[in-house]
Amino acid sequence: MDLNYSPEELAFRDQVRGWLKANLPEDLRRKNADGGHLGKEDLLRWHKILAKQGWVAPAWPKEWGGPDWNATQRYIFEEECGLAGTPQIVAFGVVMCAQVLLKFGSEEQKQRHLPGIYNGDVFWVQGYSEPGSGSDLASLKTRADRKGDKYVVNGQKIWTSLGQYGDWIFCLVRTNFDTKIRQEGISFLLIDMKTPGITVRPLILMDGGHEVNEVFFENVEVPVENLVHEEGKGWTVAKYLLGHERLNTGRIGASKRELARLKAFAAKQLDADGRSMMDDPRFRDKLTRVEVELMALEITNLRFLDAMRGGRPPGADVSMLKIRGTEIQQALTELMMQAAGPMAVPFKAVGESLAGEFDALTGSLAARYANYRKTSIYAGSNEIQRNIIAKATLGL
Amino acid sequence: MNFELSEEQRLMAESVGRFLSDHYDFEQRKQIIGSDAGASTAVWKQLADMGVLSIPFSEEAGGFGGGAIDMMSAMQSIGQSLVVEPVLATVLAARLIDRAGSAAQKTEIVSAVIDGSRKLAFAHLEDSARYRVSHVALSATRTADGWVLNGLKRVVVGATLADLLVVSARTSGKAGDGEGISLFVVAPGAKGVSMTGYRTLDNQRGADVRFDGVKVGADAMVGTEGAALPVIDEAFDFATALLCSEAVGAMQFANDTTLEYLKTRKQFGAPIGSFQALQHRMVEMFVSTEQARSMSYLAASRVDTTTDPLERARIISAAKIKISDACRQVSQESIQLHGGMGMTEEMKVSHTFRRLTMIAQQFGDVDSHLARFAALGH
Repeated sequence: MDLNYSPEELAFRDQVRGWLKANLPEDLRRKNADGGHLGKEDLLRWHKILAKQGWVAPAWPKEWGGPDWNATQRYIFEEECGLAGTPQIVAFGVVMCAQVLLKFGSEEQKQRHLPGIYNGDVFWVQGYSEPGSGSDLASLKTRADRKGDKYVVNGQKIWTSLGQYGDWIFCLVRTNFDTKIRQEGISFLLIDMKTPGITVRPLILMDGGHEVNEVFFENVEVPVENLVHEEGKGWTVAKYLLGHERLNTGRIGASKRELARLKAFAAKQLDADGRSMMDDPRFRDKLTRVEVELMALEITNLRFLDAMRGGRPPGADVSMLKIRGTEIQQALTELMMQAAGPMAVPFKAVGESLAGEFDALTGSLAARYANYRKTSIYAGSNEIQRNIIAKATLGL
Repeated sequence: MNFELSEEQRLMAESVGRFLSDHYDFEQRKQIIGSDAGASTAVWKQLADMGVLSIPFSEEAGGFGGGAIDMMSAMQSIGQSLVVEPVLATVLAARLIDRAGSAAQKTEIVSAVIDGSRKLAFAHLEDSARYRVSHVALSATRTADGWVLNGLKRVVVGATLADLLVVSARTSGKAGDGEGISLFVVAPGAKGVSMTGYRTLDNQRGADVRFDGVKVGADAMVGTEGAALPVIDEAFDFATALLCSEAVGAMQFANDTTLEYLKTRKQFGAPIGSFQALQHRMVEMFVSTEQARSMSYLAASRVDTTTDPLERARIISAAKIKISDACRQVSQESIQLHGGMGMTEEMKVSHTFRRLTMIAQQFGDVDSHLARFAALGH
């Protein structure tokens, strides 16, 4: 066992670091660092820069354009992206839909969809949750009735992140209402969002941002060739995807950058005696505990990657990355608020400009704190993650 | 970067694990802690024969020349079985000699530790020092042919079992000064040494040791006069890395046995592990232990390879913060989930509670490491 990087790994890190420094546009970095809102243009701009370099899909096999990195190299890349402050690659296409197609898709589906995902030409979104099916996802009711060579889809999805940008949506739908085990009636469908009968309605979150949507399906006709895997096997696909999704919710690199930003910010916040928040033991102890938890999570994350060598799927205990990763993200936004103290008040809804004497960062703290409450709810609430570990890992 | 054990590390893990599961079950341990000495010479000899006591010492002294990473599996097993023989106390004291001692001291003392013929203890803590390592007041005064030691050391773990004591003493300056601390080897039977022995919470043996005009020769000094503090800091950091691995083994046992209890104990007509309120607490114990395990890997991997003492201290403090927090959580929750049975002496989990409680405060508690981490800058 050796937790130190080898000389080759250090050289790779330097190569990635150098490239990011030279190729991450300064305006994009700045916008991201100040907690600014990244729109579709911003997200795709960075996606295309990475695609051109051949680095947009680190986990893909080489034949589809992956860079052929091992787990450690992929980790280093992600960490360097976090440290450099790049926009996050939107996971729905490159990470999620592509993983599904690579594992379960037909040759024709791969040929048709993977290049568009890779090049950032097609924006994918996810249709899982429904108004009556949140944590209890398998109770979903959006129906797809087979009519000849088409499915006719009726129902409603909710919490569709970036749905307003979506070109295509991958959905869990019910193809059979009569199965004894309700999971067995679920199928995985790819749907072109330009198909007639689809309506997207925004849901504005408490920070004023438009991230999520409701998507309504009214007699939407979907060709049967858009079914992934077999009819009734959608839950198998969804479970496979969830394991990979949780690996990406730790967000170690981004939290490390956020931590560095918090320290720099706190060091500049002085009290009436001229003492910095970094020298306030009560504040400092809280910050140190978060920092240590993050150090530990980084190693834990590496242990998962190590265990997945040779293509083994992550165990159910990967849920701990989601639990601790999101707790850390939330704690960091909370400490930012504490560091700013009485100045952490302005509310600037997304798209509004900032009034008063605040700098951009201070101006964004409160909205960010509010926004980050989502992290322990989305992608399977942290309570659901604990249920998963209790059942699948501990056998309770 | 890799997480695999080397062939040697794997073999050591297997042989120590097998030996302890065969010869150190709860009943056998009960016999040992009930004995007068409070430790087994047979077990000590076996540990030495398997090479546990040779791993971290220099080849010059006849050791394996390994590091904390090579000791890790053995320490986990020691934690799992709640071994009371003074492995950590001896390794800590011998580390000081191996790192700072003369060739003669290494040959004589460290080799005797390696072959199991000598146990050591490090007499360092003094009243009102708390966790400040430089708070050494016990005086060493120069004489014509050596030194005279006067003062009191508190809570010297393993002192009553030790064949030799390593003692920190002040040769110049005052308590709290970084300079002026020196190390000496002192025979526990030397004239003027008196011990008051007692049981510690975790059923190890400790003692307060008084040095009353104890005369030692010039050759009793270990390392350079007045320059022992960095040596002591390093040895404590190294021992803390080992302690973190031991803690992980003990927490692993607490979790395993608690999980088993949740699956078998029935109330309201169902195993209590079917209740979500208990499931989520068990999950938190599991996750905290895995996070602690990650920090124990980091500590063991870096304590020997990090050349900058400040960076080493930062990593060790980070590890000990996580370990101590997890020790408290896992030990307290394991008792709570066992209900009344967990309170009894006949359940091993109550003994694991006692050991984990000690570990949380050994070599610095959470607050002292939070303070050290903060003082090392950002």
